[in-house]
Amino acid sequence: MTRPAPAGQRGGAGAGLLIGAEALARLMPLHLVVDAGGRISGAGPTLRRVCDGIPLDGARFDAVFRLRGTGDRGDDALPADGGRIRLQLRHPPATALRGLAVALYTAAGQPDGYLVNLSFGIDLREAVQRHALSECAFAPTDLAVELLFLDEARSAVMAEHNRLNTRLAEARAEAERLALTDALTGLANRRAMDIALDGHTRGGQPFGLMHVDLDLFKQVNDTLGHAAGDAVLAEAARRLREHTRRGDVVARVGGDEFVVLLAGVTAPRALAAAARRIIARLEQPIEAAGQTCRISASIGFTSSVLYGRPRPDRLLSDADDALYNSKRRGRGRATFARPAPSAAPHAPPD
Amino acid sequence: MHGLVNRSLQCFLQDSHGLSCWQAVAQAAGVAEAGIEALLPCDPAVTSALLDAAAARTGDSRDGLLEDLGIYLVSHPRMAAVRRLLRFGGVGFADFARSLEDLPGRVRLAVPDLVLPAITVAETAPGQFRLRIAPGVAGLGAVLTGVLRAMADDYGTLALIERDDDTKQGVLIRIDLLDTGFAQARAFALAGPSGDPA
Repeated sequence: MTRPAPAGQRGGAGAGLLIGAEALARLMPLHLVVDAGGRISGAGPTLRRVCDGIPLDGARFDAVFRLRGTGDRGDDALPADGGRIRLQLRHPPATALRGLAVALYTAAGQPDGYLVNLSFGIDLREAVQRHALSECAFAPTDLAVELLFLDEARSAVMAEHNRLNTRLAEARAEAERLALTDALTGLANRRAMDIALDGHTRGGQPFGLMHVDLDLFKQVNDTLGHAAGDAVLAEAARRLREHTRRGDVVARVGGDEFVVLLAGVTAPRALAAAARRIIARLEQPIEAAGQTCRISASIGFTSSVLYGRPRPDRLLSDADDALYNSKRRGRGRATFARPAPSAAPHAPPD
Repeated sequence: MHGLVNRSLQCFLQDSHGLSCWQAVAQAAGVAEAGIEALLPCDPAVTSALLDAAAARTGDSRDGLLEDLGIYLVSHPRMAAVRRLLRFGGVGFADFARSLEDLPGRVRLAVPDLVLPAITVAETAPGQFRLRIAPGVAGLGAVLTGVLRAMADDYGTLALIERDDDTKQGVLIRIDLLDTGFAQARAFALAGPSGDPA
């Protein structure tokens, strides 16, 4: 029988309460009774399970448990008045416990050791796993099982949230890619080119710009049909990409019109050479719909360094004007743009 | 309607009736085949359309499908997390049955925006429970009937579980325990595998 001090009389004895060891074990499955001599005289079933294999009855309390948070004092005796305590099993797996110790008294009012009620605290999940505890290990008043439920529910919902976030991020990346891609050729589209031009002009990165228009493409479409036309466009796109580098941008901006941004290439001579190579490559026969197709291309080009403050729309329209000069002079030609004097810091070379 | 409801319907149709069944049902109900997001809100009309399409496709009644869905939620490996969360309800099936009053609260703890109507449990005689579900979620009685039958199995208990027709007062489910030690209960470790239990 154990007899706790009556409420309001921490240090003294008085009218007490008798409770049987079995009832105490059901009420507090993690309790410990320590006698006046510091020896364990009773323990709840869950605590016995946690101390699996360690003989408890009659053992010294401080031989089984270490008080945490005593620092250099190194004293593992329970505080005289009891109070909040933090314990750790001395033996592996050194399970941590926390709880409350209250002083006990004999019927005659003599101090008679302690009643200690314990809990696993925040390490509940690990302790339950380590000691293979079941629902029955906890009193119905203990929220331990609800805490485990909540922890498990939380991680299930969190996992679903993470999966949802991954799917949304992928969908967003794909939507962005589609929004910037020409579906037929896989090249950049007009919007992507606008973004690239904007970035280069804002960042002051020099570039050359070409407006490419396919010649004879209409005949392919008219004589061999749209499927063949599409195949020719896809192949022309592939060849354009083949003649550009990683940092360049190639966009399809109309039915058979393309714009090419050549990063860092600004010399008219270099741009003209590149334009001639592209035309020559596009003039090589293309196999489509079992037929050999022949097309060519006209190009107008300009360079960002010709402008004091390059503006994308201005460069595009100058390249476009140059393209129509090429067309007027007959197909398969490349023409350098001549920006209006007001726009040019110096006269463009011929 | 919570996306979880429609999502579980999707998983059930895929796992129990095959991918092609889900594809046909999704198409008939006007739902993208890729599926339903469990954590995004869902139009209740979609649930109804999915159920009608699934009933037409499988030849089962709506209630029959919903009962099967309840059984699936407890017994299919893909739904292991649901079964585990339910097993927190009690040590044995009788204990579990008594704890069903807490079910809406437990569901709210797990998924705050999934609201279930109140459930009251009366133990009219030893081993005899009368479960009343307040109205509010159509079909919940049928799903719960399936869940209870599968949970009885899970606990190794032989029980008779019957549903009275839905009325304005809600649904009544009668549970009669016949043999609590009928079979070996499925193992349940209080602390499951750490990390993602799904």
